[in-house]
Amino acid sequence: MKSPFVRGAADGIPIALGYLSVSFGFGIICVRSGLSSLVSVIISATNLTSAGQAAGVAIIAAGGSYVEMALTQLIINLRYGLMSLSLSQKLDSTFNTWRRLLVSFGVTDEIFAVASAQNGRITARYMYGIISVSAFCWTLGTFLGASAGQLLPDSLGNAMGIVLHAMFLAIIIPPAKKSRSILIVVITAALCSLVFKYLLTFISGGFAIIISAVLAACVGALVFPIDDEKGRENKNEEIGVSGE
Amino acid sequence: MSIAIYIAVMAAVTYLIRMIPFTAFRRQIKSRFFRSFLYYVPYAVLSAMTVPAIFYSTGSVGTAIAGTAVAVILAYLDMPLIVVALSASAAAFAVGLIIK
Repeated sequence: MKSPFVRGAADGIPIALGYLSVSFGFGIICVRSGLSSLVSVIISATNLTSAGQAAGVAIIAAGGSYVEMALTQLIINLRYGLMSLSLSQKLDSTFNTWRRLLVSFGVTDEIFAVASAQNGRITARYMYGIISVSAFCWTLGTFLGASAGQLLPDSLGNAMGIVLHAMFLAIIIPPAKKSRSILIVVITAALCSLVFKYLLTFISGGFAIIISAVLAACVGALVFPIDDEKGRENKNEEIGVSGE
Repeated sequence: MSIAIYIAVMAAVTYLIRMIPFTAFRRQIKSRFFRSFLYYVPYAVLSAMTVPAIFYSTGSVGTAIAGTAVAVILAYLDMPLIVVALSASAAAFAVGLIIK
């Protein structure tokens, strides 16, 4: 019998390998944005989220306000609230408040996907297993990217800069292919973002992302509201294909 | 603007979003609009973050377009995230060698 921790750690290995390469790219972005390796590692160790961190570094580099930072993180990471809510229904009876406080730190797209796919209730030890392996590799990859990023030749370092954005495409394109409503939301968000970048240039990058995302998600919610049953189906489908 | 405060704000907001529903709420969200909105948020956010930033992510629009094209094609073919991400980077690198 494997302990729940070991089982969790084993389930976390595929996630961790993905995190290693993506956070390598994040580390490079950090150094190129003028942050030190130490700062990059601290960001990864305390945040554990790719899109939020990438947006956060962009705001730091641009000298944005703290309010802009808080709002950007709120909007970009709002989805974790939903995932936490859903996962909280699946916890076993030994999950006291302290364990909830600890485990909630590690609710990412992939960890949520793997944990919710478990049969029956999940234990805190199982979650510690997945989260520790994944978070360790997320932080390690950032360190390697930030350190090696300075040693790599420019041609290679520049090419690694695209890793994170390419992964975002890999998250949104498959569901957009299957669902017309998601496709329309994705296109709306991209068009808004282009308008901010080239026409409404007085709006800073962080706010441009928030406004674009809120507008596009509102369009989706108004034009293609999801009902209870379908919402559940859609959500499962989303978990199956999404990742970070 | 202090780096430490930036990071503290980032980490605190991100943690609270995860922690509050995990420890406090026990009920499902009722509003259909809000649930639909939350359902679309990840796609909208990632799209807005990627376009047009991806074209400036490699320091050269030419190599970025090559990487983006490879990413779009592989993502369309449902390839795993890591394959898409690293292939896009490899494409950008390869094109960078040629156009330099």
